[in-house]
Amino acid sequence: MSAASRVSARTAPGGPAEASPEGAALEIDALCVRRGARDILRGVSFSVARRELVALMGLSGSGKTTLLRAVAALEPFDGGAIRVGGVELAAGVRRPPSPDPLRRQVGMVFQFHCLFEHLSALDNVCLAPCHVLHEPPSDVRARAAALLDQLGVGQRAAARPRELSGGEAQRVAIARALAMDPPLLLLDEPTASLDPARRRALGESLAELATSGRALLVTSHDDDFVRDFASEVMILADGEVVERGAPREVLDAPRHDATKALLRGLAR
Amino acid sequence: MGWLVPLRAGTVVVVAALAAARVDAQQAPPLRWAGDSEGGAPYVEADPQRPERVQGLDVEIAELIANELGRPAQFVQIAFTSLDQSAARGDFDIALDGIEDTPARRASLAVTVPYYEFREVLTVRAADAARFRTLADLRGRRVATLGGTTAYELLLGAEREHGIAAISYDDDVHPYEDLLNGRVDGVLLDNVIAERSMRRMAGLVTQPDAVAVGHYVGILASSQTQLRDRVDGILRAAMADGRLEAILRRWLVWNDDQPKLHARLAEAIVGGTGASRPSGWTMAPRYLPSLLRAAAMTLVLSCLSMALAVALGSVIAAVRVYGNRALRALFTAYVEVVRGTPVLLQLFVIYYGLASVVRLPAFVAALIGLGLNYAAYESEIYRGALEAVPRGQLEAARVLGLSEWQTLRLVRAPQAFRFALAPTTNDFVAMLKDSSLVSVLTVMELTKQTQIFATNLGSWVLPGALCAALYLAMSLPLAQVARRLEARWSAPGPS
Repeated sequence: MSAASRVSARTAPGGPAEASPEGAALEIDALCVRRGARDILRGVSFSVARRELVALMGLSGSGKTTLLRAVAALEPFDGGAIRVGGVELAAGVRRPPSPDPLRRQVGMVFQFHCLFEHLSALDNVCLAPCHVLHEPPSDVRARAAALLDQLGVGQRAAARPRELSGGEAQRVAIARALAMDPPLLLLDEPTASLDPARRRALGESLAELATSGRALLVTSHDDDFVRDFASEVMILADGEVVERGAPREVLDAPRHDATKALLRGLAR
Repeated sequence: MGWLVPLRAGTVVVVAALAAARVDAQQAPPLRWAGDSEGGAPYVEADPQRPERVQGLDVEIAELIANELGRPAQFVQIAFTSLDQSAARGDFDIALDGIEDTPARRASLAVTVPYYEFREVLTVRAADAARFRTLADLRGRRVATLGGTTAYELLLGAEREHGIAAISYDDDVHPYEDLLNGRVDGVLLDNVIAERSMRRMAGLVTQPDAVAVGHYVGILASSQTQLRDRVDGILRAAMADGRLEAILRRWLVWNDDQPKLHARLAEAIVGGTGASRPSGWTMAPRYLPSLLRAAAMTLVLSCLSMALAVALGSVIAAVRVYGNRALRALFTAYVEVVRGTPVLLQLFVIYYGLASVVRLPAFVAALIGLGLNYAAYESEIYRGALEAVPRGQLEAARVLGLSEWQTLRLVRAPQAFRFALAPTTNDFVAMLKDSSLVSVLTVMELTKQTQIFATNLGSWVLPGALCAALYLAMSLPLAQVARRLEARWSAPGPS
């Protein structure tokens, strides 16, 4: 592979996303992902603007997580385009070079948190600002502590990941992603490990993040959560977006069979 | 293959049915006699023409004795340093291999009359012949000999008296080689061995004055006094009628000392030094300082070698996980070659095999040998530990913008470290014990010192117990520290 073809991301004309705070933080155009003979995503197109919280729903295996991973450049894709802020990802690139301009644009919260096991909650949040942004440690620690406070886990700053409950770990993982101040935040099933009360609190936190100017793309199996907090929902089935719109319209009056099947499954 | 010569495992290897052991229809049980054929010329050595047979002056004396007893001779191969213990255990009837008459042997074994008188002589490089005439001239210099011999005891005495450094070898060939190439400045050994080495190597001179006089004897289990007395009779008869002289002349070791010895024996003035039996408890205080010194050597060598192994092992592991295909193949080959060959062989190659290229001091060769060997094992532990860190941890680091190197340094290695801690400690304890192998490179570590103690004492009980206690004193705290570290890193605690 030549050096030129390894370059996966370039700054698009018009400069970085910060220049247009109200513009699309994420644009996906005809995204295709193939694994072997199987098409996982078949021409998915949509965009997420700042202040939006877009929910991706679909049965397991519908391609939700693959989509998030492609946007975070954790998996290569085979066709179409992904633009995150001012950075365009290229199809067919296995591994972006580092340092990677994409990393300032997107943060990701994994379904199983993936907090660094050997570090305290606070140090998990501080790691990237200290070592990637080279900010002064005292500033970083103060900001990290404030972030944990803001997300309601300030008192757990010294705890190791294994000592945290699922909900606490989820919030520390969100704080870790926010510490890099990315315009776009991806969350994979953030409510999966939460009880209803915690789900509500998390939803409010996420809605607040959107209100403060971030774009959020969230996969979820939780239709109540989507109804209450998402600004738009997209139903993914067999690698395609089969239905999209305001959550209450889509979920209360589903038109596509896949949406109906999904809601039947969730109701059980 | 010169460096293979001293390969003397401490274990007893019994190779049966050699020499004149043609067990025919005769019903008499064979006379099982022992020696070490490895580099054992002119006493016992493998016949260059027929390597399955042995030859040497002791072979002929054994055959003479067996003949007189009316029994076929059967050779038993025993490592030289194990002959005493093996005799006491009754592994054979008699050992004949240029074995010195010492008080310790007389105390714990049945010993025959002396059949040869030798002189301990000092050999130096020809260029030094004028300035190194006696041990006293060698103050501050290294003088080599065969471990566990009277000559070694003499050197230990000279260490105290004249300030020389006594270096113990496991064989009688390498001391002279190392004298020639400058690793030591003198060799003290039997005139028989010295003369033989001078015939083989140019540039050496043996000083004419004997440092001491000693005798070769046969040794038997202490209960075998009856057989010993018969052997004594046979030896005296062979001295009287010239059969022994003929054998000694054939092997070029006859000299003017021998007729005098024979005459003294004929007058029944048997040349034993007849000291009282040394007891372990009285000997222990004398040996304790040297055992402690040897234990310190073991500890220092193990720590330094382990540091080298950990550093190198980390590099190998990182290359095998992150490197390109060519580098990975190279380091994989290194690991497989090192793991697939004995560490003893590697030590010989580094110390003796490379001597013509780079003349490493024994300690450095031991350090490098053990370090390189353990690095292969450590690298496998670290590679496994790196690969055991979940992929999600690496992806999380990548999404946050950490570079590959930062991910390794800040996320992957610290987590892998915890997986690797227990097996690494385990290897460290193994290293403490494996370091005993470097005694073949003349490094005086704990096991070697214990062996010398045991040989001189004629018993392994007290030296063995002391040695075990010292090893445990080193390894138990290590295990304790490892447990504490593991607890600290795995237990939840403040950051």
